[in-house]
Amino acid sequence: MNLQLVLEQLLNGAQLGVTLFLMAAGLTLIFGIMNLVNLAHGSFYMVGAYLAVTFYRWTGSLVLGVVLALPATLLVGVVVEVIALRTLYERDHLDQVLATFGLILFFNELIAIIWGRVGLFINLPDWLSGSVQFGAAFAYSVYRLVIIAIGVVVAVTLWYVVARTRLGMLVRAGASNRTMVAALGVNIRLLYTLVFGAGAALAGLAGAMAAPIYAVQPGMGDPVLIQAFVVIAIGGIGSIRGALAGALIVGMVDTLGRAFLKPALATLISPPAAQSAGPALASMLVYLLMAGVLALRPEGLFPARGH
Amino acid sequence: MRLSRRRIVLLALVLLLAAVPPAALLLGQPFYVDLLRRVMIFAIAAVSLDLILGYGGMVSFGHAAYLGVGAYAVTILAAYGVHSGLVQWAVAIGASMLLALAIGAISVRTSGIYFIMITLAFTQMLYYLGISLDVYGGDNGMRLPMRSQFGGLIDLANGTQFYYLVLVLLVLVLLLVRRLVDSRFGLVIRAAKSNEARTRAIGLSPYPYRLAAFVISGGICGLAGALLINHTAYLTPDLMHWTRSGDILFMVILGGIGSTVGPVLGSLVLLVLENALSNWTEHWQIILGPLLVLVVLFARRGLGGLLWRGEEDA
Repeated sequence: MNLQLVLEQLLNGAQLGVTLFLMAAGLTLIFGIMNLVNLAHGSFYMVGAYLAVTFYRWTGSLVLGVVLALPATLLVGVVVEVIALRTLYERDHLDQVLATFGLILFFNELIAIIWGRVGLFINLPDWLSGSVQFGAAFAYSVYRLVIIAIGVVVAVTLWYVVARTRLGMLVRAGASNRTMVAALGVNIRLLYTLVFGAGAALAGLAGAMAAPIYAVQPGMGDPVLIQAFVVIAIGGIGSIRGALAGALIVGMVDTLGRAFLKPALATLISPPAAQSAGPALASMLVYLLMAGVLALRPEGLFPARGH
Repeated sequence: MRLSRRRIVLLALVLLLAAVPPAALLLGQPFYVDLLRRVMIFAIAAVSLDLILGYGGMVSFGHAAYLGVGAYAVTILAAYGVHSGLVQWAVAIGASMLLALAIGAISVRTSGIYFIMITLAFTQMLYYLGISLDVYGGDNGMRLPMRSQFGGLIDLANGTQFYYLVLVLLVLVLLLVRRLVDSRFGLVIRAAKSNEARTRAIGLSPYPYRLAAFVISGGICGLAGALLINHTAYLTPDLMHWTRSGDILFMVILGGIGSTVGPVLGSLVLLVLENALSNWTEHWQIILGPLLVLVVLFARRGLGGLLWRGEEDA
């Protein structure tokens, strides 16, 4: 096993972790504050990706495409919140799961009607498609590094907004006692809509950035959504810190497992057996990890305070 | 026996289902035998989910896992030349119960949103496992070499015989669930759902009861999986796709949660509606999705709530 390969996979893991964090942050905020289980969060990822592709094709600039996709996804999120989800905050989780499951069916089909079922592919502009040379022997994709950097910036900004601003204070207060916040004269409805829109925009950003790497197709958000669920189950639901830790853990374990489990198994059991067991085990790894974490700590690694 | 409205609906439903094959023959529409057999198989799965959801308050978003394991058990045994239905179905049920024990051991300790997410995640894990099992078809799936054999007693290749077998099994499952719910065991499950603290206070720990219900539910759903693979004769990992878990959940809610007959009604309405919509337009899900949202928002007790509104839950 050489050092370059390990470094490359570590960075790939960080990139997946960042994508998962953008998804999980919105999911966990929406759950922590509005007590809403939102399965349709994966749809915002998909909508973000499609809008970014469309805007990219209109404007010819990927940056503009991603930047325009952000407010557009936020708007979609706000519309969905106002029309369908607002009435669900007081309902039990079962109702929320089913209604948002219905929204997924709707969005997947709507996207298929507008853009077709065949996946869309876009090429990176020249300045992003190259790789950065580190030392003599190691090079890494510029675009993936940009994704990691944006993820770090978003994580720091999110921490600053939630921990250091008045808006963040209201968000935290709303999470621990919404009735009290409303009684103090805060427009809690508006706050909810804002948080929901922001969560949708974060998911949209993750999807938009993923568009040039993965196939853009109907239903693309569903597997990411389930992985984001694993992330927040590991990290502790409602906690942003937990979402960050969980996302990095899941991103690393999944990426490294897929890269190194097969060769590692081959040293233990016969290569043909490793050939078939390796990928199977690698795809199950994060779920087994989740099972282990929850068996030891049912509330996750960083349970949210104030619950 | 008090003939409550719910019992009348159930009886009417069973009689209606029993009349389908001769009626289809008369109308020259054998397709309906096929459709309603599928309805009844999913009804068994939905009834198994209702046992833990309606009476135990456990929202499993992963019942497709047991459907899949039942189907895989039958197909794998058939691939190695074991065609005996009794052996195949017993293994299907046993394997599903074992899986439910493993998943339940972790998930039943949690509740609410954690329970939903964990059951969902484990099913996704099995879905990926199914995809990576190249020996058994992997992503593309594989044909069931031969339907389960019952020594010439029942021939599953005969559509009508298979249909009545499924109907009998559905009725047996309904009776079993009813018995369970009315037993002491069922009382504990229901008590723990309505007030966990009080249940503990009278000296009962809900965990083993809940886990047992979870395992039984998994076993029944595994039987539905064994039936389903005989119905389609084609194994694919899509059996365990997470949207299928959502479908089964929708059937229970649509029909009326915690009412035994509700899930049967729910699977009937959902699958017949799906069939009608998909004949009409390729994009039927764009209608089904919002419909689901509307049912959740405005018909909270499902179709059952309309049919036997206000009756005692007994």
